[in-house]
Amino acid sequence: MVTQKTGFIQAQGVRKSFVQPDGQTVVALQDVQTEIQPGEFISLIGPSGCGKSTFLRLVAGLIKPDEGSFTLDGVPISGAGYERGLVFQDPTLFPWLTIYENVAFGLKIRGLYKEKKDDVKEFIKLVGLEGFEKAYPHQLSGGMAQRAALARALVNHPKVLLLDEPFGALDAFTRMNMQDELIKIWQERGTTTIMVTHDVDEAIYLSDKIFVMTPRPAKIESIIKVEIGRPRERDLPDFLKLRAKILQILNFAGKREDIQYYL
Amino acid sequence: MQKSFDYRTLIPTLSAVAALLVHLLVPNSPKYTQKQVPYFTIALIIIIAVTLVIAFASLFNERLRKKYAFKSWFIATFILFLNLLNLATLKLMILQSIYFPSPDRILKVYVEEWPFLLKCLGYSLRLLATGYLIGAVLGISTGIMVGWSKKWSYWVNPLIKLVGPIPSTAWVPIALVTFPTSFQASVFLIALAVWFPTTVLTSSGISNVQNAYFEVSSTLGARTIQKIFKVALPAAMPSIFIGIFNGTSASFITLMTAEMLGVKFGIGWYINWQREMLSYANVYAGLIVIALTFSLIITLMFRIRDRVLGWQKGVIKW
Ligand SMILES: Nc1ncnc2c1ncn2[C@@H]1O[C@H](COP(=O)(O)OP(=O)(O)O)[C@@H](O)[C@H]1O
Ligand SMILES: [Mg+2]
Repeated sequence: MVTQKTGFIQAQGVRKSFVQPDGQTVVALQDVQTEIQPGEFISLIGPSGCGKSTFLRLVAGLIKPDEGSFTLDGVPISGAGYERGLVFQDPTLFPWLTIYENVAFGLKIRGLYKEKKDDVKEFIKLVGLEGFEKAYPHQLSGGMAQRAALARALVNHPKVLLLDEPFGALDAFTRMNMQDELIKIWQERGTTTIMVTHDVDEAIYLSDKIFVMTPRPAKIESIIKVEIGRPRERDLPDFLKLRAKILQILNFAGKREDIQYYL
Repeated sequence: MQKSFDYRTLIPTLSAVAALLVHLLVPNSPKYTQKQVPYFTIALIIIIAVTLVIAFASLFNERLRKKYAFKSWFIATFILFLNLLNLATLKLMILQSIYFPSPDRILKVYVEEWPFLLKCLGYSLRLLATGYLIGAVLGISTGIMVGWSKKWSYWVNPLIKLVGPIPSTAWVPIALVTFPTSFQASVFLIALAVWFPTTVLTSSGISNVQNAYFEVSSTLGARTIQKIFKVALPAAMPSIFIGIFNGTSASFITLMTAEMLGVKFGIGWYINWQREMLSYANVYAGLIVIALTFSLIITLMFRIRDRVLGWQKGVIKW
């Protein structure tokens, strides 16, 4: 039953602006009014500067909105917490800890390591890093480091998984592998997932819904449901149609922006 | 296995044999009036025996052989230096004998005064360890507070900038009148010498930690205190070690100055005292003890650093 599941996010009239070093105020995100259902996979897509990372950081609780609020299962988000796990484009593993210690970090600082020790092994296995427990982050390839970062976030059993261009730095082949693994993990665990991406194909391949975002004003332009059965194929007609549609929205937003510049 | 004999492993032995022959066959200078002692002969025989044992063992151990063969020229040259020194002093008396004693006379100091030298060394180490520990602990604590908190940085940073660069020996006059004993005054001076670089490098290390690490750790559930001790501190460790190393050399300088200025019974004090009595053999004996001790301490610290910062291998070249 959906009502019993956790990981339900609501945004009400969220607005966030930043004061730039030169003193100018930039609105990084505005008019965010949306709901994300428990267990949904959401992608945020749009050109840089449209507030995708800002959206994630607000949900993570790393920054606070100027107006409005995000709630998780009805509770306003007021700060960072382990129930909203975050993975950046750069894995940012702690270089002074081994892979095992990195993954165990969340449990250790929460004082749960002793009882949940087995989870560490389990998640290392889940992301396919068995045998690398004693390695240090610099000894891993980009893809492996990103898996470790994923395991580090998952070991806390977060209600929401936040991914900021997690595969952006990987080569195309590794990226496709990682997408399949992510889908597998998501289907197994049913964690609400919000992922930022630049890649339209990636968004369609993975998501239940795609939030197409535009800069100036930085907001969610439209929400597109991906009604294609899983597992998905990247060259089916439905897939290609959806891609054309999203590109059109992004393109149109780009044009509108040009017009605004000329005015 | 590679070639099992390397001629280089015999070079130190040859150099020692040469030194022994020179020592035994060349007559002492007629100007040399002190009583003859056998210590240099004994030392050379021991060196010959030890180098032979190592050369023999290296026939069977490839790692030892490589290492020893590599070092052999240096060891042989060092023995040659002793040989020449012996020639210039005892045999030919080219150097002024008051200021440049023969190897024999320096060895004699160790044979006759080793309990006292050991006691002096103990005094020095006690003083150094006390001051050093206080300085390092305070330095790391201040460094964490200044590096972490804007408020602390606002109040303490100017103080560090102003007071820190004063060489700790410049505090001697104040320290001597402020503290009841000269031991306490010296502890203060050494602690101060260690405190400054440790504080500066700890705080700069901590304030340079990438913000992303703190963000990740807070989404993993870390509280402030955990961000300080589980993230900031380990991330700043390379910088902290540089501070500690700088502090170590400063502490050696301060220790020697303090002892020459009045703290009794340390090695520095011993050297100064013997110098005043023109017993230069004792002065050299003391200097050698200091050199060995300090370089042992430094080596030990490098070991500790390599242990603690093992994760850096391949990230940064030292
Ligand atoms: N910490 C910050 N300080 C100042 N400006 C920021 C900050 N974070 C984001 N911005 C600005 O907000 C806008 C949106 O940024 P961001 O959410 O990172 O965009 P995206 O991730 O979609 O590329 C950009 O114009 C960016 O310059
Ligand atoms: Mg971004």
